[in-house]
Amino acid sequence: MLEQRERPSLRQKVCSRCGKEFGCAQGEPGCWCESIVVRRETLAELRTLADDCLCPTCLAGFAERDQRALGEPPSTNGHGTGSTWAKAVPHASIRARGVPLVWGLCAFVFLAGALLVALGIGPIAIGPGAIAESALSHLPWVHLHHLHSFEDAILWQVRAPRVVLAALVGGMLAIAGSAYQGVFRNPLADPYLLGVAAGAGLGATVAIAYAPPGSRAGELLPLSAFAGAILGVACAYLLGRSVGAVRTSGTLILAGVTVAAFMTAAQTFVQQQHAQTLLSVYSWLLGGFGSADWHDVVLVSPYIAVSTAVLLLHRRILDVLSLGDEEAGSLGVNIQRVRLLIVIAATVGTAAAVSVSGLIGFVGIIVPHTIRLLVSTSYRAVVPLSLLAGAGFLVMADVIARTVLSPAELPVGVVTAFLGAPFFAIVLRTTRRMAG
Amino acid sequence: MSVAAVEVQDLSVTLGRSHVVRELSASVARGEWVGLIGPNGAGKTTTLRALAGLVSFAGHVLLDGCAVGSSTRREIARRVALVPQNPQTPPELTVAEYVLLGRTPHIGYLATETRADRLAAERAIARLALRPFAERTLGSLSGGELQRAVLARALAQEAPILLLDEPTSALDLGRQQQALELVDALRRDDELTVIAAMHDLSLAGQYADRLLLLDRGQLVAQGPASEVLSEERISNYYSASVEVLHRNGNVFVLPRREGDPCAR
Ligand SMILES: Nc1ncnc2c1ncn2[C@@H]1O[C@H](COP(=O)(O)OP(=O)(O)OP(=O)(O)O)[C@@H](O)[C@H]1O
Ligand SMILES: [Mg+2]
Repeated sequence: MLEQRERPSLRQKVCSRCGKEFGCAQGEPGCWCESIVVRRETLAELRTLADDCLCPTCLAGFAERDQRALGEPPSTNGHGTGSTWAKAVPHASIRARGVPLVWGLCAFVFLAGALLVALGIGPIAIGPGAIAESALSHLPWVHLHHLHSFEDAILWQVRAPRVVLAALVGGMLAIAGSAYQGVFRNPLADPYLLGVAAGAGLGATVAIAYAPPGSRAGELLPLSAFAGAILGVACAYLLGRSVGAVRTSGTLILAGVTVAAFMTAAQTFVQQQHAQTLLSVYSWLLGGFGSADWHDVVLVSPYIAVSTAVLLLHRRILDVLSLGDEEAGSLGVNIQRVRLLIVIAATVGTAAAVSVSGLIGFVGIIVPHTIRLLVSTSYRAVVPLSLLAGAGFLVMADVIARTVLSPAELPVGVVTAFLGAPFFAIVLRTTRRMAG
Repeated sequence: MSVAAVEVQDLSVTLGRSHVVRELSASVARGEWVGLIGPNGAGKTTTLRALAGLVSFAGHVLLDGCAVGSSTRREIARRVALVPQNPQTPPELTVAEYVLLGRTPHIGYLATETRADRLAAERAIARLALRPFAERTLGSLSGGELQRAVLARALAQEAPILLLDEPTSALDLGRQQQALELVDALRRDDELTVIAAMHDLSLAGQYADRLLLLDRGQLVAQGPASEVLSEERISNYYSASVEVLHRNGNVFVLPRREGDPCAR
């Protein structure tokens, strides 16, 4: 049988029914409670009555009640109607690791710091104290002396929308990446996996190339990119389902690759036909926040808020999915439905983000993996921390994009890769060395 | 007359174009241990998957009188726990977290574990003597410890029916016996019904109350080990040359080399 059958160590407890003290082995084999037989139903009732184990006298009282009810002679071993072991109601010391407090704080501080730096840095530097003061003075009933109205305008009309948009997009791309990696159980999955990027690219190109002369392409572009992105993923999903991909995620990924290839080809074709659009399409594809305003923020935040909330709520289910489709299914999870729901949530959020910022690569892969390496692989930690760290990361990347060559701007996608790759390499090296 | 724990009527499973299980009918009483035996590819795994509602099938499967076909995934998961042939064990997960995942059918879709769930996981861990390993990662466990962790996860599910697919294939002789003794103790203590697919016929015969012999998807024999395990049947269905010994009410199946002059 089991290795240890000697006397288990006892823990002093106080009976919650009579107040007497007694020793308890907390469910280890060999506890005195094994010799007292109660019915399963009684056991279930006990667990609702008492928070912890009962003393021998009280438990024996329940056992006698059972025997009277059954009208059977008392038995002392556990065969038949009784249960020999499960009376112990031990302390629930077992917990799933969530977000460790330290790391949660780190992520918050990182994001807050990034926001402050990003608001303060620029051709005109504004100190954190002035930012806080100015922010407070915008609240009703607070009267502080204002910044110069000129500085105030720079802060709130130019920098703030840009910083907020970068935070929203960064958080969205990182959380969507972590969800995709979980739902496809593929470490290389990123939010663009199922054709969001190619679809948005096609949509944007079409908007730039065919916008009627009178209209402003700037207003059509986000809509068209959003529609293209959703269309791309919808096509990939339908194609995948028609060839039976609901069972295996691999086929769905292949369908995504197929659709992406097709849409990229269509985009290139449109681009070739309208050579004068090349430059604006190219700069859109590289991504950036150069033209961000509050309108963009208002446009995308509902989508990103809903999508983020849905993904955050699925963090435990993502852990269940890590057991594989078969076992998650045997644990009562409806895989197809969960996968569809997560893909929809991540796609809608990503499409909204992409429609105002262009295609910013790398955030969706590097941020979740950094958290896996540094904190934990459980999605309960990876999903929420990706949101915070992704937001902070993209805000910082955008600061660098607009300052290093100022007044010219680097595409932010270049910065994310240029900074992200070496940083990730360092994290990979140090954590692997510590582990091995 | 109480309802059977598992009632199977004309179960047929078609995968691709092959009929993997054909018109299987059987009934398993509550608290019974039934061994599922048969050569490779006979359909043991597929039968267990059908019972757990993981594969679509024709016919009827009733668990405690409720049809699998018309139950939700979650309802099924509260009735049967399946220990698969090759469980996926993410190496970075701790034993405690892994066992807690077994509570999924009792946790609301988007909810997190309650105190009751943590207690159930704790009981399962204590029951399988995994306390010292609770905070270790699955990747750091030995094969036998890992097997116990998988069993603990199934136990935390608190389902009255336990399906085991070759639970001991990776274990040494002693560990095989330990694991099966453990399942037997759990079965008696918790009044579980156990259906186990096994390749070791002698062990299957010793632990199961009854054996079902499958061949190419069909049920070809059922009954106590002493009746099902005959030399003729085994050479017929397994194409194996064996000697069957009866000792103290137990049946032992010994492989024998064909044409060996020392045999018999
Ligand atoms: N998806 C599938 N499509 C077609 N045939 C399949 C599929 N899955 C399994 N089979 C076939 O069904 C038969 C039964 O498989 P099953 O896994 O149930 O056998 P088993 O009795 O568990 O065998 P083993 O002892 O080797 O585990 C095999 O011939 C197998 O090749
Ligand atoms: Mg099998």
